[in-house]
Amino acid sequence: MPPPRTRGTALRHRLAELRGPDVPAKALDARALAALAANPGCARRAILDGAGVNKAALASALGSPSAFGQSQFALTRGNAFEAKVKADGGAELLRLVHEKLDRAAEPPTEARLPDLTAPGPQGRTARTALELREATAHPGAWTLLDHPMLALDVAGSPAFLEPDAVVVHPDGSWTVVEIKSFPLLDGSADPAKVGAAARQAAVYVLALEEVAARLDPSPRVRHRILLVCPRDFSNLPAASAVDIRKQRAGTARQLTRLTRIEDIAETLPEGTCFSPELPAEELTAAVESVPATYAPECLSACELAFHCRGRSRETGAVTSLGRPVRAELGGLTTVEDVLAAARGEAGDPDDPAVAALRRAAALRAEALEAACR
Amino acid sequence: MSLISTLARLEAVSTGRAQPAATVRHRHLSDRPLVFVPLTTAGEAGAPLGALVGTDRDAPRLLVVPQPRDRDLRFAFLADLADVVLPYVDAYAEAVEAAERTETDPETGKRVKVEVDLCADAPQLIVPSRGGIDLVRLLGRSMRFRRTAEQDPETPYPAPPRVPLLGRWLTHFGERARVPGSSLLLAMTDVLGRHWATGQSTLEDQHLGALLAWIDPPEGLTGAEAALRAELERDAKGQLTCPPAGPATDPAFDNKLLAPAIERYDRARTALAAAEDGLEADDRLGALTAAEREIRDLVLSRTLPTWEKVWQGLDLLRELPEGAHVEERWTRDRWSFTGHRDRVLAGEPPQPRRDDAVTAANKLATREREQARLEAQEALDDPLVMAGRRLSGEAFAGEVTDVVMAYSEGKRPSPRPLVTVRTDDRPHLGERTKVYRSLGGKPQSAEFAGAEEDGAYVVLRILDKMGRGKEPEPGSVPEKGDRVCFTLFEHEQRGGAKLPDPEETPWTHGGPPGEAALEAADPVTAEDTL
Repeated sequence: MPPPRTRGTALRHRLAELRGPDVPAKALDARALAALAANPGCARRAILDGAGVNKAALASALGSPSAFGQSQFALTRGNAFEAKVKADGGAELLRLVHEKLDRAAEPPTEARLPDLTAPGPQGRTARTALELREATAHPGAWTLLDHPMLALDVAGSPAFLEPDAVVVHPDGSWTVVEIKSFPLLDGSADPAKVGAAARQAAVYVLALEEVAARLDPSPRVRHRILLVCPRDFSNLPAASAVDIRKQRAGTARQLTRLTRIEDIAETLPEGTCFSPELPAEELTAAVESVPATYAPECLSACELAFHCRGRSRETGAVTSLGRPVRAELGGLTTVEDVLAAARGEAGDPDDPAVAALRRAAALRAEALEAACR
Repeated sequence: MSLISTLARLEAVSTGRAQPAATVRHRHLSDRPLVFVPLTTAGEAGAPLGALVGTDRDAPRLLVVPQPRDRDLRFAFLADLADVVLPYVDAYAEAVEAAERTETDPETGKRVKVEVDLCADAPQLIVPSRGGIDLVRLLGRSMRFRRTAEQDPETPYPAPPRVPLLGRWLTHFGERARVPGSSLLLAMTDVLGRHWATGQSTLEDQHLGALLAWIDPPEGLTGAEAALRAELERDAKGQLTCPPAGPATDPAFDNKLLAPAIERYDRARTALAAAEDGLEADDRLGALTAAEREIRDLVLSRTLPTWEKVWQGLDLLRELPEGAHVEERWTRDRWSFTGHRDRVLAGEPPQPRRDDAVTAANKLATREREQARLEAQEALDDPLVMAGRRLSGEAFAGEVTDVVMAYSEGKRPSPRPLVTVRTDDRPHLGERTKVYRSLGGKPQSAEFAGAEEDGAYVVLRILDKMGRGKEPEPGSVPEKGDRVCFTLFEHEQRGGAKLPDPEETPWTHGGPPGEAALEAADPVTAEDTL
């Protein structure tokens, strides 16, 4: 008789079934995290990301390929910059951390650079936790962890995260380092990109805090991270401390209110599978069995957005024109409902949303007529 | 977004075509705009890959950087760009007309009128999308501090002559584009989006191809179908048939076509450098030229569709009649252009990297004032915009049902007629709220004096523009039966309080900026991107 399965293994098994036989799980990456922040209420995105489904492959199999991709120029440039920042045992990087975040500490003349290689993400996570404990037990020394691996529980399934670097200060506190290839021009960078980097770093901070909580005494995870970017038009690193308390609080709140993946998985019919190998109709049916909450913001964050947009448009949902549109139309959710209400063919005239619509339609018609004359 | 524009978007969804969001054109369009369609290299801060630029729709000038990481090639590109843009700008700097400006006399401190030159017209740069405006600003920033060999013989990588000047002009265009209602530098997607409501979100409207597909769909297709095709259709090689309007390129283009072509170019260049005799060099030069030709063709294939679309957009916009206040706003652009021309001629240094406190505050105040002016003028010029203001209770229109003559109290009674207007609108009127209407282009003010029948009748007391006599001048008071439209917002914007001179900057704002030091050029490194 096989041993009774625990809840955790049962879920893992269920998620593997959803992913399809022999399909490797895709780790939660920066884009998935961004999608999480942009649309926490979307059950479809939650289950697909939770099960580690490759959404780009799924979107292609559905016939609505995503438009994401990375140019090799950007990749080469990004890698070259990161290598430059971390060159010489991270001397420049540690100098920046010292200058921007920890002036009171001893300047880093030499640093510990533990080897973090281990088989598999679980192994690397364990190795990272071990080295973090080691480093914290060495007061007075700087330690640079290059590409550590951290685990974070996202809606009931573990996500493995790989920050660019984590620095352990001489006082035992930890700092997340983000290395990005967008420029810091005259001391300021594109706010949208800085915001995305801060949200990403906030997730790393949350994951680090879980590691820290298991240590005794538990070290401090700093809430100011170091963002390293190329300065102006050069390849020289410039850094800036970014306070991520707000993003950390927001992400933590969203992670707790994510619908449990288990609960979503339970609502799915038996035998549902998202393997890109399946024929398109079967896949469409499988995807349709999980509700999505599409909004145009998804287009920049989720690989499945074109598919969901097509569905949203087919049903005439007003949200496909943007979330604010939905907000001002009260209980009317489809294009035809709104237009019928505006024309006076449907809707309760005492409903303030309907009354406002009719007024708007009359004023618009009057103005257009005036312009035609 | 107001409910009226939401309604227009929903109608667009339902009819499959974009619906008008304006009945007149709210931006000035030059007879001879300079269209600029740039492309950049992914991952490098705005390193140019190429551009189509010119004023003649049928003869754009193609500029290409075959290896974007090569500083000399980038400089050659910028020098070529200067050769196109600067003569165009100079052509407008020469023709001037006399104008008056009020200035403070330095000796007496009084405001006096001074006769000055005002350029009769100004240049206009059109880029496909907002990213293009950002790139213009970035190019300006990267060039304006460069030193030419003439300025500084010691400089390690001297910029070609006129490149720093181009940087100053592009910076000026980029800064001006931040002023609401200005037209010196326009992004086609913004202007089209201002005048048409499509059946997609404003986010999707940033795609020029999709936006035009809604406004002017090809025969037999709805806007939604045509827009989807513009966004996603790929040819047999996996390339988008409607390339993005830039400046960023499609990653599939970078990886499949551009990267191999650049690699071939690099190889041909290395081979040429290693050539041992003249005959071999000739052969290899041929190979290099062919490789460069290939990259030029690739860049042309990605920019030409966008170039065509920008001109198509211009055609569509030109069909709309120009709004009544557009000319006035363009005159402000001409002042701004003339001002910068004068600064350049006077030999002033390039715009600083960071503005001092007073300049920054002035810029902000200007933008706020121009935003208010733009909103008021668009409403006055366009009944569709006014409809939005009426819906939100900021204006009302109706018919005059009664006029009762009344006079102010005082030694010299002036006319203060009471006008009753019947309206269906529901303006937010409080006691003695001031309202304004346009009378021969000038605002006439009135105050709210009471409402009857639950707001269906509004009684107003007219306050001014009736002449000096006891009887109002003919035509200055609405008559019974007239259609009138009053606004609760002012038509003309007053300037804010005057800011101190920069030398008087208070310590709270960093104190006086001190001696204006000449800003140093950016340090040059081996791996610069721009």
